[in-house]
Amino acid sequence: MKLDDIISTGNKATREGFGAGFLEIGRQNPDIVGLTADLMGSLQMQFFQKEFPERFFQCGISEANMMGIAAGLATAGKIPYTGTFANFSTGRVYDQIRQSIAYSHKNVKICASHAGLTLGEDGATHQVLEDIGMMRMLPGMTVICPCDYNQTKAATMAIAEYNGPVYLRFGRPSWPVFTPENKKFRIGKAQLLASGKDVTIFATGHLVWTSIEAARQLAGEGISCEVINIHTIKPLDEEAVLDSVQKTRAVVVAEEHQRTGGLGDAIANLLAHRLPTAMEYVGVKDTFGESGKPAELLEKYGLGKKDLVWAVKDVLERK
Amino acid sequence: MADLSKLKELCAQVRRDIVRMVYNVQSGHPGGSLGCTEFMVALYGAVLKHSPRPFRMEGKNQDMFFLSNGHISPVWYSVLARNGYFTVSELNTFRKISSRLQGHPATHEGLPGVRVASGSLGQGISVAIGAALAKRLNADKRLVFCLCGDGELQEGQCWEAILFAAHHRVDNLVVTVDWNGQQIDGPNDKVISLGNLPAKWKSFGWDVLLLEQGNDLGKVVSGLRRAKRRTGKGKPVVILMKTEMGYGVDYMQGSHDWHGKAPNEELFQRAMAQLPETAFGDY
Repeated sequence: MKLDDIISTGNKATREGFGAGFLEIGRQNPDIVGLTADLMGSLQMQFFQKEFPERFFQCGISEANMMGIAAGLATAGKIPYTGTFANFSTGRVYDQIRQSIAYSHKNVKICASHAGLTLGEDGATHQVLEDIGMMRMLPGMTVICPCDYNQTKAATMAIAEYNGPVYLRFGRPSWPVFTPENKKFRIGKAQLLASGKDVTIFATGHLVWTSIEAARQLAGEGISCEVINIHTIKPLDEEAVLDSVQKTRAVVVAEEHQRTGGLGDAIANLLAHRLPTAMEYVGVKDTFGESGKPAELLEKYGLGKKDLVWAVKDVLERK
Repeated sequence: MADLSKLKELCAQVRRDIVRMVYNVQSGHPGGSLGCTEFMVALYGAVLKHSPRPFRMEGKNQDMFFLSNGHISPVWYSVLARNGYFTVSELNTFRKISSRLQGHPATHEGLPGVRVASGSLGQGISVAIGAALAKRLNADKRLVFCLCGDGELQEGQCWEAILFAAHHRVDNLVVTVDWNGQQIDGPNDKVISLGNLPAKWKSFGWDVLLLEQGNDLGKVVSGLRRAKRRTGKGKPVVILMKTEMGYGVDYMQGSHDWHGKAPNEELFQRAMAQLPETAFGDY
């Protein structure tokens, strides 16, 4: 596993991967049904809807109702995929998810697009940065945040085979595609992208690519980074995290999320109990976002390549 | 055809169960439970096509029921037990530690008969719609029933669901509203008025049935059967069912004070005197 072997084959949005995966799994499994709250196109669900109109339900702008209907469909044996923005998939409907889905053990797939700062110009009302935290606190909820088009497509298909509630988080912008096409997605298995010895970067979602770029720059400065993609934040692949940290004894986490509640806290929690280790967070510092271009926002809010490079250097000083 | 006199006697027993359960743990919701006793007994005893054992979550080729106003769990638990979903002795565990009979209904402990947790209000109609859509996809001709409170209609999600069901012509669904006019803080009209409920439902595209005497068992049975006959005609069906909170226990009747309160020993004895023992026997 070497950094040089990781090559981007072009840019595509993770939500497009969701749309493609949703259609493909829909063709394979007749129990899969789709729901949206007036965001079918944004979620790229129109391909499924066109092919299976009777299995797709337009709910209008009523996310709470959509979550309840999904719970009812799941009760009767269907596998519902709900599609709306991440903000409206979580905070807006937290109690519906908590009671009717999580506590009731319903096999609902909550598919959430436009997560994080990279939603861009729509601004802070839509840029949810707390969703991973909210969802991973719910008992029994699986939380997945894939890193590119191919992985989002594969994850979209894999969650159908798992019986239980899932939160699948992805995003809006075009983003480098670098994981192999048609690679089977294994829920709960961390993905080692590059082996290294000085520090481990655990990243999720869009910031996996940023971490690779940062690791490349650091390699040029003689710092060897291990880069691990944590696409499944819950359940966390504890063995993979501990194995890597045992070796590097320095950790940086990178996520398009608040520093509280997300991947960073999941790893800090594990390490605090099992292997206390110097650690730096790359994430949003207890603030809301704003309008702007994705790249500008990532830079302004401290989620860029240079922030990762600094975080690695900082943690190495504390090692 | 169910034996009405037997169901009537069951109502008396269910009322005893409710008061005894709530008194036993000094907590729970007797008011709405007593008010919905005829409804629940009629539904399970004379209307639903269901099979208690083995209980099947997916409810294929069976009618399904969802309780949205989960706080009236005492009446539901009693009726489920008396219909064979679990043994009546388990009613003794209501609200106690390690029980399947949670304060508000849940699936987490695997209680037969419960298909979704409820308690946080406003969610049941949506869930029932989902089950009804699944039945439609499966070409399953059975129906989905749902009970919700009137105060519960103050939750916005209810109206999202009401809009959806009419738009998508979910006509294999019968929702009943327990229209007792009361909620925790007082009468609906003082808390937040529901206005002209029949006109509201009608304007949202539902087939509206009025059931004026929701504590008259015969009327409830015929009302539910009438609602059943009105399904399959392109519109979801709602029964606006007038009941009296606390019906059957004089000091609870018609008052919101007994929404979620247990009687003390003296009042418990008074209630028991008004609810004589039946051939079904206490749990």
